[in-house]
Amino acid sequence: MSTTTDLGMPVSGLRSVPHLPDDADKQTKRDFTSDQEVRWCPGCGDYVILAAVQSFLPELGLKRENIVFVSGIGCSSRFPYYLDTYGMHSIHGRAPAIATGLATSRADLSVWVVTGDGDALSIGGNHLIHALRRNVNMTILLFNNQIYGLTKGQYSPTSKVGQVTKSSPVGSVDSPFNPVSLALGAEATFVARAMESDRAELTTILKAAAEHRGTALVEIYQNCPIFNDGAFEVLKDRTQQEARIVRLRAGEAVTVGAEGERKVLVRQGSGVMKFIAEAEAASGEKGAVVVHDPALDDPSQAFQLSRLDSPEMTHVPMGIFRQVDRPTYDDLVRAQVDAAVSTAGGPATDADLTDLLLGRDTWTVG
Amino acid sequence: MSSKTVQTLDRVVIRFAGDSGDGMQLTGDRFTSDTAALGNDLSTLPNFPAEIRAPQGTLPGVSSFQLHFADHDVLTPGDAPDVLVAMNPAALKANLGDLPRGATIIVNTDEFTKRNLAKVGYSDNPVDDGTLDSFHVHAVALTSITVEALAEFPTLTRKEKERAKNMFALGLLSWMYTRPTTGTEAFLKSKFGARPEILAANLAALTAGWNYGETTEDFASSFIVPAATMPAGTYRNITGNTALSLGLVAAAHRAGIPLVLGSYPITPASDILHALAALKRHGVTTMQAEDEIAGIGIALGASFGGAIGVTTTSGPGVALKSEAIGLAVSLELPLIIVDVQRGGPSTGLPTKTEQADLLQAMFGRNGESPVPIVAPKTPADCFTAAMDAVRIATTYRTPVFLLSDGYLANGSEPWSVPSVDSLPDLTVEFASEPNGVDPKGEPTFHPFLRDEQTLARPWAVPGTAGLEHRIGGIEKADVTGNISYDPDNHDLMTRLRQAKVDGITVPDLVVDDPSGQARVLVLGWGSTFGPIAAATRVVRNAGHTVAQAHLTHLNPFPANLGEVLKSYDRVIVPEMNLGQLSMLLRAKYLVDIRSHTSVRGLPFSTVELADVISTTLEELS
Repeated sequence: MSTTTDLGMPVSGLRSVPHLPDDADKQTKRDFTSDQEVRWCPGCGDYVILAAVQSFLPELGLKRENIVFVSGIGCSSRFPYYLDTYGMHSIHGRAPAIATGLATSRADLSVWVVTGDGDALSIGGNHLIHALRRNVNMTILLFNNQIYGLTKGQYSPTSKVGQVTKSSPVGSVDSPFNPVSLALGAEATFVARAMESDRAELTTILKAAAEHRGTALVEIYQNCPIFNDGAFEVLKDRTQQEARIVRLRAGEAVTVGAEGERKVLVRQGSGVMKFIAEAEAASGEKGAVVVHDPALDDPSQAFQLSRLDSPEMTHVPMGIFRQVDRPTYDDLVRAQVDAAVSTAGGPATDADLTDLLLGRDTWTVG
Repeated sequence: MSSKTVQTLDRVVIRFAGDSGDGMQLTGDRFTSDTAALGNDLSTLPNFPAEIRAPQGTLPGVSSFQLHFADHDVLTPGDAPDVLVAMNPAALKANLGDLPRGATIIVNTDEFTKRNLAKVGYSDNPVDDGTLDSFHVHAVALTSITVEALAEFPTLTRKEKERAKNMFALGLLSWMYTRPTTGTEAFLKSKFGARPEILAANLAALTAGWNYGETTEDFASSFIVPAATMPAGTYRNITGNTALSLGLVAAAHRAGIPLVLGSYPITPASDILHALAALKRHGVTTMQAEDEIAGIGIALGASFGGAIGVTTTSGPGVALKSEAIGLAVSLELPLIIVDVQRGGPSTGLPTKTEQADLLQAMFGRNGESPVPIVAPKTPADCFTAAMDAVRIATTYRTPVFLLSDGYLANGSEPWSVPSVDSLPDLTVEFASEPNGVDPKGEPTFHPFLRDEQTLARPWAVPGTAGLEHRIGGIEKADVTGNISYDPDNHDLMTRLRQAKVDGITVPDLVVDDPSGQARVLVLGWGSTFGPIAAATRVVRNAGHTVAQAHLTHLNPFPANLGEVLKSYDRVIVPEMNLGQLSMLLRAKYLVDIRSHTSVRGLPFSTVELADVISTTLEELS
C-alpha cells in the first residue's frame, strides 16, 4: 500500500463540509450568536473579533452544526461559549491537539481553534508547531495581545523586552517570538496577520483561511485595555498607520506609506531586504523590487517579510504571508484507512473480526 | 533412528538467556508457538534490559525468556527453571541463582573466553571449575558448530553465520522436548523470504541443532510433555498487549463506532500502538502524537466527534496526561486510558513490571475527579478487560483507566478465542433531538440532562442539527451545561460525577473456596492472579483450606466486596507495590488487611506467596 495518496490538490478546506441547500434561509450573525452573556472586560479587542467572526461565518454557507470551535485557556479561549456552534473550551495550550483528533476523525467538520499568545506560544507551543508541520485541516485564530490577561497581567512570549508587568517589575528580559516567523519555520502552509480593528481586512483573511485546505494560522493583533492598553496604538492611529503598516498584496510590489511618501521594498545584492524611497527604486540600481507571492513554494521570502517587523513596529506587514498547497495530515490519514478498507472489500464484517481474533496460528481442542 | 530413551514429564520450565543481541526473545517466542501448537498449556515471561544493545557480554545486557509448559493448566511462568540455556558467561551468572539443584544447563562454551569471563567477574571458567557440579551441564560449542554447519554458505560472513546460533539452540531444544519445528520454518520463510541465503542458513542451523541432539551422546534422552486437557475451543497463544489491542477493536466493532488512538511511544505500551496501526482494514485510525498530552488530546477530540478515543501509555505518560484526564471527567465524554504499568518512580524500570500506578489512576488529578478502573488479570484477560472498559466509557460517558502491566503486556498464554456473536453488544446511542425547552418555550438541547439510571449525560456529536452546544473544563450548571460558579451547583455536580462512577455496574466478586471452610482469603488485583492461584493450589494440595478472590474492577469496587472481606478472619493482599490496594480497602471498609508487597520488577513467585499463606494459616491454628 502506498503511504501517500494523490488527493488532487488543490481543494477547498471546506470541500467535505455539508453546505446549506441553495433554497435555505440565509444565515445571519444572529444564528451564530449563543444565548450566553459575553464576559470580557469593557473595551476588550475580543468583542470586535467575535463580532467579525459571527458576521462572517454566514458567508461560508456551511451547516452550522458542522462547525466546531475548540479553544484552550485564556481570555480569548472563552470565544466558543459565545458562538452558537459546537464548541469545546479545553485546557491550556492543548486545543490544537484536540482539534487534530476531531478534524482527522471527522472530515465533515469545519474545525476552528481559538487561542492566545500565552496559550499557543508558551504552554501550547509544541502542539502549535506540530499542527502546522502536519498541516491538519483547521483554522487557528491566534489573538495576540502581548500579555497574560486572565491571570492578570504577566508578560507573555510576545511581550517586548523591557516590558514592565506584574511579573517583570523592572522589565521583561525574555526575547519575544514573532508568531508569523515561528509558523513559517514550522512549515505552515497558510500564515496571515490582521488587526482586530480592520474588520474588512480581517474578514477577507478569515475567509481565505477557512477555505485553505490545511492548517491556517491567523495572528490577530488584539488590544488588552486592562493590562497592556495601547500595545498596537501606533498601528491604529490614522496619522501613523499608513507609514507603518505594510499591506501584503499578492502580485504587487511590497510598499509602505501614503501616496507621495511611499517606500518600496527591494532585495539588495546581499539578499537583505530594505525599504527605499519609491523614486530611488525605479532604476533598480538599489536592488530588485520585492513582489509579494504568497504561493511561493520556498518560504524564504515570506520569512524575510515576517522579519520586517520589530518591537518598535516601524514596519509591520499585514495580510497573507504564505498560502501554498500541501497534502493535509487528516486527508492522508483517512486515505490510508479508506484504502485499507476498500482493498479488503469494504468495512470489516463479523467474519473479518473473527479472522482477526483467530490470527494465523490456532489449534483446536475437543 | 535414534536409540535414545524418551521420558514423559508433566511440566517443564525453560529459560533462554543471552546477550540482548542474541535473539533470545525470538527464540523463546518460537519455542512458545511450537509448544502451543502441541496443545500444552503455557505461560511466558520475557525479561529484557531497557537498553536496545547494552555493552556486549555484560550482566546489564542479559536478556531472557522463560516458558512454563505442562500437561495441565498453567498459572505462572514458573518460579525456577528446570532448564537454562546460557549463551554466554553473563547469562549464566545472571540466572544461576534462580536454578534449583539438579537443573539442566546448556552453555555455549564458545563464549566462555577469558575476556568474556573477566567481564562478569569470573576468574575461573565455571563450566569446569566445579561451580556447576550440582547441575546437569551440557557444554556445547554452539557458535562454532553453527558456523561449521553453515560451511556451504560461502557468501555469508562469519558474523552472519554466528547470528544463526539462536536457531541452532532452538533446534536442539525442540529435539529435547519433541516439539515440531514446522511453525518456525514457516515463520522464517515469511521473515527472510526476500533474502534466500539468510533463510536457508537459518533453516540449516535449526536442523543442525535438532540433529546435534539426536546424534551426540551428550544428550541421552529426550522428553515428551503431553498435551493438556483444556476446555473445547479454538485456541491461539496471545500476549497481553495483543489481547488488549484486539479487545479495543472488537469493542469498537460491537459498538458500531470508529476506534481512534492517539499515542506517544513508551515502553512497555508501544506494541499496542504498533498492533493498532496495522489494523486500518478494521477502520482503526492511529495517530502518533508529538507528546503524551497530545496523544490524549487527539483521543478526546475524536471522542467528542463520536469515536471511541483511546490513548496508550505507561506511568510517566499518565502523569503528563493527568490534566487532560481531568478535562475528560469534566466533559463527561468516553475515553480509554491504557496504562501498561512499569517500575517507577520517574523513568524507573522501563521494561520491568510493577502495579504501583493504582493510586495514581484513582487520585492522580486535581479536584474530585473520579475515574473508573479496570485491571486485567492474565494476558488473555486483557481482551475482556478492554471490552469492558469500552462498555463503561460509552455507557457512562466517562474516561476509564485500563491498568495493565509489563508482565501482562509481554507475557503470553493460550486463549480460547471467543465467537463474535458471544461478545457483548455495545451499541451506542447518540443524542438526536432536543431534550428540553428554553425559557421561551422553544425546544432546546441540555447537554447535562442526565439519564436517570446511569447518570450519563447525552452524547451529542457535531453534525447533529439543533443540538449545537458548548462543553468545557469550567464547572457547568446542572442540566443546561452553561458556565456556573454557583456554590450549590458545584457541590451538586461534584457529587453527581462521583455518584455516576460509584453507580457503574460491575460484576460481583467471586470467591474460590472449594472447601467452603476457609478462614483466610487471599485477595489480589491485576497480574498477580496467576501467582496467587498457583500459591493457593500449593497450599490446598498440602491439605489446608484457603480462599482466593481477584479484583478486575477497582473503581468502583464490586458491590459485595465489603461483605466478602468481613467474612474472613484474615485477608492477605499481595501487590507489586507498597500496599496501594490495601490502603484503599482499609480506608473504605475499615478492615484489617495483611499486606504482602514486592517491587522487584518481577512477578511474585509461587513459593513466596505459598509461604505467606502458610504462615498466616499457622497463626490462626
